[in-house]
Amino acid sequence: MKRFFLIGAAALLIPALSAAAPAFKSVQLEFPPDTASFPDGPNVKIVNQNCLACHSADMVLDQPLLPRATWAAEVAKMRTTYKAPLKDEDMPLIVDYLAATHAPPQ
Amino acid sequence: MRSRRAILVEGGSALALAATPSLAAPQGPDFPFPGGEGARPLTKDFPQKGIMVLQRSRPPMLETPFSDFDKGVFTPNDKFFVRWHWSDIPTEIDAKAYRLAVRGQVQNELSLALPDLLKFPRVEIAAVNQCSGNSRGFFEPRVAGGQWGNGAMGNARWAGVRLRDVLEKAGIKSNAVAVRFTGLDKAPVSDGPQFKKSLGIDHARQPEVLIAYAMNGKALPLLNGYPIRLVVPGWYSTYWVKMLSDIEVLDAPDDNFWMKTAYLIPDTPHADMKPGQAGVAMVPINRMLPRSFITNLAPGARLKAGARASLRGLALGGDSGVAKVEVSADGGRTWQVAKLGADEGPYSFRRWTADLAMGGAGQAVLAVRCTNTAGDVQPDQANWNGSGYMRNVIEQTPVTLV
Repeated sequence: MKRFFLIGAAALLIPALSAAAPAFKSVQLEFPPDTASFPDGPNVKIVNQNCLACHSADMVLDQPLLPRATWAAEVAKMRTTYKAPLKDEDMPLIVDYLAATHAPPQ
Repeated sequence: MRSRRAILVEGGSALALAATPSLAAPQGPDFPFPGGEGARPLTKDFPQKGIMVLQRSRPPMLETPFSDFDKGVFTPNDKFFVRWHWSDIPTEIDAKAYRLAVRGQVQNELSLALPDLLKFPRVEIAAVNQCSGNSRGFFEPRVAGGQWGNGAMGNARWAGVRLRDVLEKAGIKSNAVAVRFTGLDKAPVSDGPQFKKSLGIDHARQPEVLIAYAMNGKALPLLNGYPIRLVVPGWYSTYWVKMLSDIEVLDAPDDNFWMKTAYLIPDTPHADMKPGQAGVAMVPINRMLPRSFITNLAPGARLKAGARASLRGLALGGDSGVAKVEVSADGGRTWQVAKLGADEGPYSFRRWTADLAMGGAGQAVLAVRCTNTAGDVQPDQANWNGSGYMRNVIEQTPVTLV
């Protein structure tokens, strides 16, 4: 039993004395450009102006079809929690777009 | 909407890609999510990454194509999933200027350059890194959030130094209760809550918690946290802070947004609750649960009726080792114990294989379930919670026997 535990400990954390030290190199990379905008729908211009500041359109377009109330809560969360600078008057317009383009059929 | 071709490509994209090398843009998966919206493109446009499922362009969320999990228990660095919270991610790392701060309730604040880390003992551990929301797209009713299939997980041999060795070098004061970790990613809006995660002081002192500078023997890809990230074996990847730059020892529990408000789960077995259920106590997400997958068959595969089928896959125990994997040819009514492959440690994926007798011609459902060494077994009913966390239901694979 004791031997078993020793083997277990060895598998858990192997002191890797023989491994070569890593070479920490400076890196400079590029992420692919994100140029996609939201597909047509009511108030799409407002949606593009606001939502794309922090995230790509596919974040929204890949969501399940959600009811209007859920979209309203998501848009509110973007402002209150994640501090998106959304104007009061734009919020219902964004919700209108989402409810029109990405909600389950009534 | 979900075509048979999509099913085959999703489940067996390696085969499909090998068979059709002339296709410039192989079709991505169409995940069979309840209610649809599961089609995703593949991408190879991200630096240091091979072909990945594109879940979100910015901030990047890249999923490992499921067929890659059939190739071995370690996930190659260029196929390892990617998930960031905020879009302001450095694309440039100056290795000479990079510093890791250790501060707060310590005797001596530290500012460690990368070569300083090499002065601590080097250790290695095999560990699965799995997103809290892996498989979220399969939740029913659906929930908002990253709509992952099953590929927001990966297993690597992590090399680095023990967090506790670094903390001891700084000297933890006796009033320490938690340790908070911050990376270099920032919110694009000035007052957005910076991503920070904490571990209790006792957990932070456990020997398996590492500051990793290597992954499968190589430097981490930038998108996986180059040059260093926290590795918290057995716990969901929300704690595995990438581009780790700041370690703060706290004298009170961490009440920052990412610990107090986000990443909370129902304090119930398997983080399960009813949609709309009120009064559920919530706690920060923590230990992983056992899971297992068939990797050599896609849903909809055709197998020979009345013959033995060779099945193969991966299992993880969660926060303890894999004790047992069982497979079923009748949707979970009867089970057969599978053979386990090499033991790479309790936090690693473990390969399993089984020769399983198929029934007569018609539709059948294959299933696989894992029991971990703590005795926890995958449930046959899916859990549900509003954030789509910790799915670990027994996976079912419908097949046609001919």
